[in-house]
Formats: sequence, C-alpha cells, structure tokens
Amino acid sequence: MQLEYFQMVDRITLLDPDARIARADCLVPDASPIFEGHFPGYPLLPGVLMIETMAQIGGWLVLATLRFAAMPFLIHVKEAKMRSVVLPGQKLEAEARLIHDGSGFAVVEASITSGGKKVADTEIRYRVVPFPNETLRGQMLETARRIAVPEAFFHAQQP
Amino acid sequence: MASTFETVAGIIAETCDLERDTITPESHAINDLGIDSLDFLDVAFAIDKSFGIKMPLEQWTQDVNEGRATSDDYFVMKNLCAAIDKLVAAKTA
Repeated sequence: MQLEYFQMVDRITLLDPDARIARADCLVPDASPIFEGHFPGYPLLPGVLMIETMAQIGGWLVLATLRFAAMPFLIHVKEAKMRSVVLPGQKLEAEARLIHDGSGFAVVEASITSGGKKVADTEIRYRVVPFPNETLRGQMLETARRIAVPEAFFHAQQP
Repeated sequence: MASTFETVAGIIAETCDLERDTITPESHAINDLGIDSLDFLDVAFAIDKSFGIKMPLEQWTQDVNEGRATSDDYFVMKNLCAAIDKLVAAKTA
C-alpha cells in the first residue's frame, strides 16, 4: 500500500466475475506521512482508508465484470464498521462480493480481514459511467497490470 | 399480494423518508417527490431486488436525453409501475 497515493491494493489474489468475488493482499507500510498526523506517537491506519481499501477491491471487481468498459465511482458507503485497529506493517486481505449489477450502478459487500480476523466491513455502492477520458482508462489499465488483474478481463469477451 | 404501485410507493417512502400518503400514481418521482439521483439509485436497487429485475435506467436516461421519450414516460409513478410490470412479465415469459 502507498497510502499517500491512494494505492491501497498491492496484489489481486482472486478475481472471478462469474462467481462475483475478488480478493487482494494489502500490506500496510511501516512508514507513511499519513501516520505523522494519524496519530502523532500512535500510528494507526485511518478508518477512511479502510473504507477506501474496501471501495477499491469492490471497484476492481466491478471493472473486471464490465471488462473495463465503464468506471465505477464511489457514491454510498453503508454502515461501515471498523472492528479493530490496524497498525503499520500489518498484513490485510480485502474481499468484495458483487451483490447487484444494476443499470448504471453496482453494489458490493466488502470486508478486510487480518490474520483470519475481520477488521472492517461495509456495503458499498458505485455509480457506473463511461470513462470520462482515455487518460483515466489508460491509468486504470496500467494499475490493473501492476496489481496482477488478469489481462483476460481487460477487454470485451469474444462471442 | 401488494400491487406494484403499493410496493414501489412503500420502497420510495422508506428509502427517501417521505410520507407514504404524499405518493400517488400521478406523482413524478423527481419533479413532485424531489427524489435526487443518488436516492433514486437506492430506490432502483430496492425495486430491482424486490421484483427480480434490472430496470434499464441507462437506456431510459438516454431516451430522455435524445428526445425519444419524456421523463414523465418513465418517472411518473403509474408509468414507472407499468414499466416494472412489463419487465416482470418479460422475465417470466
């Protein structure tokens, strides 16, 4: 994870649009400017970044489901729970399950676990719209390659 | 079994925190009931789940934007419910 760049997902470990599930590994860095303010003398991963992590794993699942034809933007975080603190250096696993693929929107249930224990969970909704420009789509594909999204999900399925 | 209108009105009242009695078959979901686009997605999610359908919101929006339909055609409650009934019938056909 590079918190200050909002790079929350290190590596996709499972991505199955047919089964509507994705998982990823995320390693909290030992040091980050974020920890200088949150909190001085007691560094913790901010809860909002746990939500962002869950939004990103869900976002990758939606992107793969749509074969990168449209972009999911976060619009609704429902009943997020941060169940325990997350410290620098902690290994996390993020998981998302697509529970509804609507017309122009998508809904996922997402969670973060660490050492087999759930540390956060929520329901996340996205507005799904055409990419606003090719720059963003190109950057998303580049990031997808970096975090090991299978190339098979980059383009529309052949009939 | 509740009618489509009763079910949809109940969903809108609960999702958008509206008095149920203010919702009539002639109400326009956006212009009369004041449902904004974010709340309407919550309503759409609840309708999709309740009826087991996928309302084609993107197509409807495109139809309105390109002048093939008016927003009344899709967002006046009685028309919305008729569209839902058609989607349910198509699913079970």
